[in-house]
Amino acid sequence: MTETTINSEATTGAAASGTAMTERHKSRRSLWRAAIVLIVAACCYEAVARSGTFAPALMPKLSLVAQTLVTMLADGTMLEHSVYTLYRVMFGFLLAVLVGLPLGILMARFAAVEGFFLPLVSALMPIPSFALVPLFMLWFGIGNLTTILIVFYAATFPMMFNTWSGVRSVNPLWLRAAGAMGADESALFWKVIIPGASPFIITGLRQSFLRAWIAVVGAEMIAASDWGLGWVIFDAKEFLNTDVMLAALVVIGGIGFVFEKMVFGSLEKATIQRWGMSRVAKG
Amino acid sequence: MVPIAIDNVTLEYDTPAGKVTGVKDVSFDIGASEFVCIVGPSGCGKSTLLNVIAGFLPPAAGEIRIDGKTVKGHGMDRGVVFQDFAQLFPWRTALGNVSFGLEMKGIPKPERDRIAREQLRLVKLEKFVDSFPHHLSGGMQQRVAIARALAYDPSVLLMDEPFAALDAMTRDDMQSLLADVWRATRKTVIYVTHNVAEAVYLADRVIVMSAHPGTVQADIRIDLPRPRDPLSVEFLECQKQLMRHLGHKVSGNGVGH
Repeated sequence: MTETTINSEATTGAAASGTAMTERHKSRRSLWRAAIVLIVAACCYEAVARSGTFAPALMPKLSLVAQTLVTMLADGTMLEHSVYTLYRVMFGFLLAVLVGLPLGILMARFAAVEGFFLPLVSALMPIPSFALVPLFMLWFGIGNLTTILIVFYAATFPMMFNTWSGVRSVNPLWLRAAGAMGADESALFWKVIIPGASPFIITGLRQSFLRAWIAVVGAEMIAASDWGLGWVIFDAKEFLNTDVMLAALVVIGGIGFVFEKMVFGSLEKATIQRWGMSRVAKG
Repeated sequence: MVPIAIDNVTLEYDTPAGKVTGVKDVSFDIGASEFVCIVGPSGCGKSTLLNVIAGFLPPAAGEIRIDGKTVKGHGMDRGVVFQDFAQLFPWRTALGNVSFGLEMKGIPKPERDRIAREQLRLVKLEKFVDSFPHHLSGGMQQRVAIARALAYDPSVLLMDEPFAALDAMTRDDMQSLLADVWRATRKTVIYVTHNVAEAVYLADRVIVMSAHPGTVQADIRIDLPRPRDPLSVEFLECQKQLMRHLGHKVSGNGVGH
């Protein structure tokens, strides 16, 4: 009797590894689909560019954009601009995580902290970070400090908000079970609350980085001098260098994509997808 | 000394209408290595009583003593298994879940891995040591939960309808597995259920509770030899006897059939 149970459960295990295989298959298929969609979009652009609706100087052919991109990559200018932008975004983003994550946790754990910060978050979150750029420029001047602070402003709230929701959504049964097994406050925190809130924390990191990336390019347009991908676009406008503008846009999109899919995608795969918790994050 | 004494325990719930008495003046003793089932209709406070024994809730009056010590909060002398499959930590493998209590005790990793593997072998899951809970069936997850509650070697195992959410066939297998585990470990078990056949299959003693407020209706010893045959005449006779106690309560309260 027991023997048959074990056999049937062994097949369940095999079936589980089978679904993992199809999942890998699925992700390859979605990659193909994404590539096809991008190619179709590029063809549409090319058709409009060749139709003569806009002057060629305003809407360059893709071949010219590609050529400019290759030249700028080859002479290292694009790389240097990207490094500046990445430095600003990472600095601001890490600062946002360092502040937003602990504050989100404290908000969820202590009613007084929640009472103080929640109205503040609600009031400040809807203000577009871009609207603060002129003011920050007056306070902090042109350059890295202003752009980093804008990024920090944009990225902190989603981090804080998601962490707060995540800690509040930790299954009380896990806390009970851990308590019964002798977990003290610090074990509860590090070994139950943090991993239990991880679907939301990862969503927070994702949204936070996306906001940071959007904010850095915007801030650089106004508040940066000489370097940065946003500044490239703004500067190229003065000389009608639309090919440069588009080449910079391709790089901005590319870097954003790499972070979204590679960095956060793999983080998700290594944690909450492996643990079967990703459905919680979506729901 | 009585291993577990439940002494005049009264429990109250806070409701919008005020305090409601859930369990009133419940007293019984449990001997060492005894398997006790608490059976009763829903609303008789059997799960709440188990939560009090576990130390998750304080009683409104009375006290619970384990080995002479009054229960104040949860402690590692008791292991708890809940009904909900979600009790396992999804971010830990079966082995990681079972090791949790040992980790809290400060036992070094090689030692706790060895103990956890042993516990998983006891519940016949040695092949699934490295599986995460979401790859395990409901029955397997509950077995991990049992292994987890036993791993740090508590003297008492508290179980709150652990198999109620399983299908009937899996439940039968799990009951026989639990009977084997109990025979091997000789823990004192307090097991809450509303399933009469389950109680007769597992228990040395069945505490029958009645509802509104919850009180002890009967305390019945099951003397059938183990392993028990659920289709034997004696088994069915025991089941009928328990049913009569529960049925008597229903008509006595005027709730009707």
